[in-house]
Amino acid sequence: MNALDYAVLLSTMLGIAAFGIWRTRGKRDLRTYLQGAGNTKWFVIGLSVMATQASAVTFLSTPGQGYQDGLGFVQNYFGAPFALIVISVFFLPIYRKLNVYTAYEFLGRRFDTKTRLLGAALFLLQRGISAGITIYAPAIVLSTVFGWRLDLTILLSGLVVIVYTVCGGSDAVTVTQKYQIGVIFAGMIAAFCVLLAKLPAWLSFSDALTVAGGMHRLNAVDFSVSPKPRYTFWSGLIGGMFLALAYFGTDQSQVQRYISGASLRESRLGLMFNAVCKIPMQLFILLLGVMLFVFYQIQPPPIVFNQSAWNAKLQSDADHHLENLQWQFGEIQGEKRQLIRAWLNARHTSGEIKARDKVLAVSAEAEKLQTDAKKEIGGKANEADYVFITFILKYLPHGLIGLLVAAFFAAALSSKAAELNALASTTTVDLYRHLVRRDATDAHYVVASKCFTVFWGLVALSFAMFANMVENLIQAANIVGSVFYGVPLALFLVAFFIPFVGGDEIFGSAIISQALVIVLYFKLSISYLWYNLIGCAACVLLSIVFRILFGGSSSRQALSTSI
Amino acid sequence: MSEPEPADESTGLPVVSTWRRVYSLVVLAFFVMVAAMVILERMYP
Repeated sequence: MNALDYAVLLSTMLGIAAFGIWRTRGKRDLRTYLQGAGNTKWFVIGLSVMATQASAVTFLSTPGQGYQDGLGFVQNYFGAPFALIVISVFFLPIYRKLNVYTAYEFLGRRFDTKTRLLGAALFLLQRGISAGITIYAPAIVLSTVFGWRLDLTILLSGLVVIVYTVCGGSDAVTVTQKYQIGVIFAGMIAAFCVLLAKLPAWLSFSDALTVAGGMHRLNAVDFSVSPKPRYTFWSGLIGGMFLALAYFGTDQSQVQRYISGASLRESRLGLMFNAVCKIPMQLFILLLGVMLFVFYQIQPPPIVFNQSAWNAKLQSDADHHLENLQWQFGEIQGEKRQLIRAWLNARHTSGEIKARDKVLAVSAEAEKLQTDAKKEIGGKANEADYVFITFILKYLPHGLIGLLVAAFFAAALSSKAAELNALASTTTVDLYRHLVRRDATDAHYVVASKCFTVFWGLVALSFAMFANMVENLIQAANIVGSVFYGVPLALFLVAFFIPFVGGDEIFGSAIISQALVIVLYFKLSISYLWYNLIGCAACVLLSIVFRILFGGSSSRQALSTSI
Repeated sequence: MSEPEPADESTGLPVVSTWRRVYSLVVLAFFVMVAAMVILERMYP
């Protein structure tokens, strides 16, 4: 990065943050601080919902996912449009009618206090862990760009987000997210254009797709009914729908974004905007990763993308083993480049399959060398997470590098601020105001909410310190979500659709079902998306069985009959 | 937001004037996207 990059980075980030604070100055009652001003238009809601979900992990790790495994990850989002329709029809009108601060208030009114607290606690637990993962992602970028220590980088970037969120509150988060997502898309589209421009003249876009398809990177949809593959059409549609239903419908970080709409219509349109745009957006980012894969079949890639770790290891390579690996890898890459050209020339002839098989054979040899090299450096983080940032730093022109780094910061800031804001809201409204101080002033609760923002920021930072032990970041975030989302979703589904189940039954079944999901996660090897369905189905069924067996207690309370 | 809201059936949009039409359009868009991905995969095997 040079002076121009720093200028672009700082002016973009400071400009957006200053604008957010200026636009929301003087708005400091509790509802505005926690929920926003309540006058947000659909387009802003749509972008805000999108920006909250699309963290820095999305833009850093997803291209790496595309590079490594192709387009298949997009199936993870197949259930989202259907989930958003269900939320728009059933969840949203009730949240707005009850005029709640948090989604868990609704559970308290429908069931009882302990169920409300359980819903809030499950949210706090899983979102606190996920928050750590999403702080870790931009820290990788920073530590690579600046050569800083990773742990110090995590601390610094986490503290910046905490300060920003404490100062701004929910309204600032919403106001600034539309600009942040603008920066993000500008950066991603620019990177895609540069990537295509850097392909050699003899390789057209269609040729690049041929190479990607032949090397199994365009397999987007797998209709297999086996539960074992991580991403299939069915796991994405059914498991993904439950994941999206739980995330968009019951996760306070999302609920907080769309209940601030000026009307039911604005909130619904904001959700439908996401229902249509979510899959194309993910597909575009994955396709960027696939094009990176093709690019690195032609241009020489580093033997490992985590270059700082590799270079450190090279310093102590007394017997030149690593240098030898690197040399062999370079030779094989050169050979592969020639073979790819021969393959493309042989297209539509009888020799095409043979030419492609030669490329695949050499590619397998290259991958073996890369695996050996990765073992040598004992890399903690997944290689795929370094692919995109390595390309940015090496091949993008100055100025654009600054814009892309600003895009990562913007993504980190927007999603992290929304998460911390939601964690603080839930802690303040569902725990503190309900259990500790019932009749304090708004000003008191705003101060309490700021303190809880700091507290959750520090919790997230602690988890971020351990995030470098997990596999691909975007998957890790989804795995944590899947294990802890099924049961909260069941709480809401029973609340909405099964009127005869009361608080005692749903509470007991929720505890048992969550324990069951955790045990199954360690015992089974099935796609993690199915845990959403398992947790949700187990909880719903158990609550009905408990009701039939034990009867009695409170069922639907007076409030919900008026909904 | 504190007042109960009326049953908001009109979307205020041209062509897709009811929510049912909006949701149908979203579902249609999903299947078109999946079909496009399958076609892409078949075009470049």
